Amino acid sequence: MKKFILSAAFMSLSILMLAGCGDSSNKKSTAKTSEPELSAWEKENGFGPVKEKVVLGAIDKKMAAKGEKIFESKCASCHKLDERYVGPAQRNVLERVTPEFFMNMVLNPDENIDKHPHAKQMLAVYLQRMTNQNVNLQDARELLEYFRVLDEGLKAKK
Amino acid sequence: MNKKYLKNTLYAVLLLAAFTVVHYSCQDSKNLTTGDEAAKVYVPPGTYDDFYLFTSGGFSGQVGVYGLPSGRLFRVIPVFSQDPEKAWGYSEESKPMLMTTHGFIPWDDAHHPELSQTDGVADGRWLFINGNNTPRIARMDLSTFTTAEIIEIPNSAGNHGSPFLTENTEYVVASTRFSVPIPNKDVPIKSYKENFKGTISFVKVAKDGAMDIAFQILVPGFDYDLSHSGKGPSHDWAFFTSYNTEQANTLLEVNASQHDKDFIAAINWKKAEEYAAKGKAKTVSADYFINRYDEKKHMGVSNKKTSVKVLLPEECPGMIYYLPTPKSPHGVDVNPTGEYIVAGGKLSSTITAHSFEKMLKAIENKEFEKTIDGIPVIKYESVVAGEVQNPGLGPLHTEFDDKGYAYTSNFISSEIVKWKVGTWEVVDRIPTYYSIGHLCIPGGDTKKPWGKYVVALNKITKDRYLPTGPELTQSAQLIDISGDKMKLLLDFPTIGEPHYAQAIPADIIMKNSKKIYKIEENQHPYGIKAEKDARVVRNGNEVHVYMSTIRTHFAPDNIEGIKVGDVVYFHVTNLEQDWDIPHGFAVKGAPNSELLILPGATETLKWEPKAEGIYPFYCTDFCSALHQEMQGYLRVSPKGSNVKLSFGTGK
Repeated sequence: MKKFILSAAFMSLSILMLAGCGDSSNKKSTAKTSEPELSAWEKENGFGPVKEKVVLGAIDKKMAAKGEKIFESKCASCHKLDERYVGPAQRNVLERVTPEFFMNMVLNPDENIDKHPHAKQMLAVYLQRMTNQNVNLQDARELLEYFRVLDEGLKAKK
Repeated sequence: MNKKYLKNTLYAVLLLAAFTVVHYSCQDSKNLTTGDEAAKVYVPPGTYDDFYLFTSGGFSGQVGVYGLPSGRLFRVIPVFSQDPEKAWGYSEESKPMLMTTHGFIPWDDAHHPELSQTDGVADGRWLFINGNNTPRIARMDLSTFTTAEIIEIPNSAGNHGSPFLTENTEYVVASTRFSVPIPNKDVPIKSYKENFKGTISFVKVAKDGAMDIAFQILVPGFDYDLSHSGKGPSHDWAFFTSYNTEQANTLLEVNASQHDKDFIAAINWKKAEEYAAKGKAKTVSADYFINRYDEKKHMGVSNKKTSVKVLLPEECPGMIYYLPTPKSPHGVDVNPTGEYIVAGGKLSSTITAHSFEKMLKAIENKEFEKTIDGIPVIKYESVVAGEVQNPGLGPLHTEFDDKGYAYTSNFISSEIVKWKVGTWEVVDRIPTYYSIGHLCIPGGDTKKPWGKYVVALNKITKDRYLPTGPELTQSAQLIDISGDKMKLLLDFPTIGEPHYAQAIPADIIMKNSKKIYKIEENQHPYGIKAEKDARVVRNGNEVHVYMSTIRTHFAPDNIEGIKVGDVVYFHVTNLEQDWDIPHGFAVKGAPNSELLILPGATETLKWEPKAEGIYPFYCTDFCSALHQEMQGYLRVSPKGSNVKLSFGTGK
């Protein structure tokens, strides 16, 4: 039930985000030079449609397999699992950022690169803005599940 | 003889006088501004224009997309002509779009853009335009601003009266400017009257936009010029102007101007449809191509058809009538209510308006003066509703506003005249710079004109811009029609020759504008959906490179084992799913254009290396900070060399 509410919230948020699309690009050109203060949530979880903690149940293998397919088509051109490529190695991404940040970054790279200190720092290292690959909330959740599987693997090794 | 001489002299004098007036007034025009014009056309940075304006590219063969009121150019849609910037007609996928029965044709002369309509109102789904020289009609998809389909019109020459639409885009029409032998054959030109015929084609538009020829009507060998369909009460009818009813085949400027009146052909297309359905049409062998672009396969496909249905007027009573109209009428325009059929008699001193209601009555009462090849000619007095007196010299085209006024372009006196529909009185006039052809009001040929502006599409530019040698820019002018007096706001340059144009409120189109092609939906047979599928496959001397691009590399970017004599196909898929991130692809020495691959699309460049060596390739469209790093090498070895096929990225 809780999951349902959450996904409904995601849906409505993503609609809001889509609707707000035109506005955000306009704001870009008039962005103030002074840095806005980030809220505690934004600091930890970035900017984007995910505004609440994602409820993580037991790992869903089917979902993870879907996530792996999306990764191969939309992400693997720039991210390898264990080596730096165009962007950072990805296997340990969940050791570096929260699941919510991960999803927000995938869903909303431009705003995060413009506003979030971690994303800005990554841009300074890789000199390449992470591309918006037009994934939806469901895709992002499936990608997250794939990285949870990889994360479990890492933990088992340790 | 003497009379003819006198008449011609009179025309020459009038023409001279008109040009003198024009040239005297040209200095004045620079002082016409009163101060608030700049504010009326100023679109602040980062904000949008109110209207899209689609202009014909004339002899460039393309379509220009502008914003109004700013006059800014946004895009040139490649249609009939090759465009190396977008690989149109150069990529393997787009080459089939330019196929005709005459082979691959890299050019045409595009005249009349026409927006698709629903219930007589422009709906923004598609834009049609005619190819004049090698008769064709193109349909552009306005969600992608690309050419989706090109159909060839058989039994035609000079597809000028095209592609005007019926009210619900049931049909687009095509009429022949040049009458020719049908089927085409080797005959003496002097046998014109005996052997030359015209055709009027009705091209059916399916719900998804797909076009095919429903039927053609064989008509006497005049020059058919322009067209417009009826609306509202005249929904079932389409109207076509004709000139050269003298059927001259040489020196038409004199010999086709003898008759006081030529004709408007009024065709009841509903009736024609019925006759065709009832089997009245003859199936005649005629080859033509239908070329459609499959958006999912990212590929144009050519289909050759071999026959058309032809209807003969003498066998189909009630299908077609001639309305006598002074004199060499050019445009034929139907007012928003559908009652008046207005003709610009380009060599006449009046504008003629026929009444649809009167036409129906005259048909009912058989008020005919004669019959030509089975086509009844209705008496002029029985059909005419009114004449606009002294509208100017050389009236050509008329568009309508939302307040009951009509605006007619006058080529010879170089002006737009505004007149009241119904009373036929001239209420205002404004000079244009110079020699206006068509004119365009947003929605001005539909049931629902949006008014606000009229755009003058001019033939001569002369001294309006900084000179650029003997050839000058083409030019249009924006005129405010919101008040009682027309007011010139802006000159702006255009591509090719702007014949006709159509405009539509921006929000109707922009909400449907696509941002990317979804990679999941890419069904290109040589497309790939992930970088791991990038590969090079040899099949005899044919080599297929399945390549992917994403900021900021190609995969593969090192290829060896290509040999002189190979035919190499680079199938490049852009894996980006972000708006406005196309990648380019160019190979040194390829006798072809670049590719410009849009997000989620696949395009193919064919290359036959002629000499061994190293050939670099790179991205031509600046895509990111590391764009300059987006490059690769291709090694070409001699014929028979044993260099193994190998490829990779980052290895």
